[in-house]
Amino acid sequence: MNMTGAQAVLESLKNEGVDVVFGYPGGAILPLYEEFYKSNFKHILTSHEQGAVHAADGYARITGKPGVCVATSGPGICNMVTGIATANMDSIPMVIISGQVPTSLIGRDAFQEADISGITTPITKHNYLVKHATDIPRVMKEAFYIASTGRPGPVLVDIAKDALEATIDYIYPNDVYLPGYTVETTGDAFMIDKAVAALEQSERPVLLIGGGVILSETTAPLMDFIQTTQIPIVTTLMGKGAVPDTLPTHLGMGGMHGSYAANMAISECDLLITVGARFDERLTSKADVFAPHAQIIHFEIDDVEIDKIIDIDLGVKGDLRWSLPRFSQKTKESPCHYDEQFSSWRNHVLELKQTHPFAMVKHDDFISPQEIMETVNKLTPDDTAVVTDVGQHQMWAAQFFDTKLPRHFITSGGLGTMGFGLPAAMGVKVACPNKTVVLFSGDGSILMNCQEFSTLAEHHIAVKVIVLHNDTLGMIVQLQDFFYNQHYSQCRLYKGKNLPMLAESLGVKGYTITKRSELQPILQEAFAYDGPALIDIRVSKDDRVYPTVPGGQPLNHMILGDDAS
Amino acid sequence: MRKQHLAILTDNKPGVLTHIAGLISRKAINIESLTAGYTEEPRVTRFNIVISIEDDKELKQTISQLAKLIDVIKIVNLDDAPFISYELAMIKVRYDTPQIRDELASIANLFNAKVVDVNLKSLIMRVTGREDHVDALIQVLTPYEILEIARTGTVSLSRGLVPVKSM
Repeated sequence: MNMTGAQAVLESLKNEGVDVVFGYPGGAILPLYEEFYKSNFKHILTSHEQGAVHAADGYARITGKPGVCVATSGPGICNMVTGIATANMDSIPMVIISGQVPTSLIGRDAFQEADISGITTPITKHNYLVKHATDIPRVMKEAFYIASTGRPGPVLVDIAKDALEATIDYIYPNDVYLPGYTVETTGDAFMIDKAVAALEQSERPVLLIGGGVILSETTAPLMDFIQTTQIPIVTTLMGKGAVPDTLPTHLGMGGMHGSYAANMAISECDLLITVGARFDERLTSKADVFAPHAQIIHFEIDDVEIDKIIDIDLGVKGDLRWSLPRFSQKTKESPCHYDEQFSSWRNHVLELKQTHPFAMVKHDDFISPQEIMETVNKLTPDDTAVVTDVGQHQMWAAQFFDTKLPRHFITSGGLGTMGFGLPAAMGVKVACPNKTVVLFSGDGSILMNCQEFSTLAEHHIAVKVIVLHNDTLGMIVQLQDFFYNQHYSQCRLYKGKNLPMLAESLGVKGYTITKRSELQPILQEAFAYDGPALIDIRVSKDDRVYPTVPGGQPLNHMILGDDAS
Repeated sequence: MRKQHLAILTDNKPGVLTHIAGLISRKAINIESLTAGYTEEPRVTRFNIVISIEDDKELKQTISQLAKLIDVIKIVNLDDAPFISYELAMIKVRYDTPQIRDELASIANLFNAKVVDVNLKSLIMRVTGREDHVDALIQVLTPYEILEIARTGTVSLSRGLVPVKSM
């Protein structure tokens, strides 16, 4: 069928089952916007390209389908760079489409020209510069295939304006031909046997769950394994929600702000079974003394991750969808009574959990973040999607909010992008309009992409934004407090700001909570309100995230804080 | 530090060199030489890369990172099995008298190098051989005035029947 390159892009999106794109128009991408107009394709116009890219990211994180965003050349797509890097670090499937100046002008410093394929090479799974319209169907097919298979990631497709305008005979390919890209799903089954044997020998095992379990949707076989073994569980930040936080053997998140029990369990265990995690420095702290007494098994799809940070004793390479069901089954067939075998170890770590819970001091004059998280937990349904920004509130949400379902704790874990939250929550709500979507943010993070309140209003996207407001960059204060002699450099925010008024001015309902007695009723009112809302809650600038493992220290060297009970 | 000879087969497409070179520089891998050229298959380019590495862990990381690039079809560490490796160099040397010119010609002869260009004041010799052979010639020429050197970097092939693409 004859059509323009722009039509071919749109047809490809339809062929891939894309139901919404987030974007912002501009000169070089206008041919595609003409097609959006003609076919009335669902497009969410954000207020800034960064909003669009994070929204596509949020959409992908909740659905597992590639999120799609669109921008024009030069400044448009450059504004997406942070969002692309964010998705890349967390292995989020995304297809980013950008217009490029016409081929005759490429490389000549044309108006709004930027070498975006060059700029994004280190932060994409793959990228394309398309100069010929005839390449569009193949490239679009490959982009979606690469983004969503194997270890997922963002793929950028940069298309010259004249390629969008040229006419081609459109045939969408059924297959891809990518000799350099093999999605190796299966690994060496013998490694699984060895992993089972290691578990049989173990007395003090820990299961460390990473984001890979969520990405590969392998909660079921993992739960099966947990049921059989009753093994103590620790998750990474990205693994939160892979299994319910409420499981009895769940010790919580490990790492820099992980729970006492989780970090002690990692430090004392004799076997660490790691599933779909990449040993980020925020998890391991001092890597060469991470899990010092343990044999480490690593179930992982990406060969690069095995031995990257931690020397692995047994790498089980392969898709978790292949390895975990087998591992779980083989464990079940083993004659071992794991429940008994691990019981004294399990009792030990569960006692640590009991004696050293995450806990915050209750102020008289301020509501504590813990109370906020627990109240929201209580007031919202189990399938509530929680999105966070980056900072103290992010860690408090990770510590105190009970996530019960995979994909329902959405956070910028790897890159730690402040400003991620609001647009990501928007993407989540667009993907799941009937789901309660709560964003926890801080007054630092929320201002980074607050322009997107108008997008929530325009499209009636009913995200509930809860801002923990303390007029400071709390995590920075905390670091300066511990490591920079209380030199509070550039971390105080403007005290006079009125966030509910800001939200109201952009069409979003604003609420303020200053007293403990208001917490529950106002939250209830805001959740019941049919539309987007911002709830501004005053918290103390003196609250700290505990435990804290100071940088470069072993995981069991935690600052617990005087406040922690 | 030890040298490793990698053979990389890639798609013959624009941007591949950027992807490979970018990855090498981002991962702070020390690159000794890099050559690229067409192969027996028109869609495939072969890179021969020589890198310096500290240990096996670094080598494994480098190889798996490069293998992950979508454009990279195959990567083989040639040092795992016997292989042949050569490079070509052209060396331009200045001389002032016919005696010196004759000396240079005889040195070239000793090294199986060929004088491929002669001017009134300079000549170019071309040498092919293992890297240390080229180094040795350059060493012998240092008392003379070397004006410039162009070296291709090492190209390598594994010995025996099996090509890299089938390894």
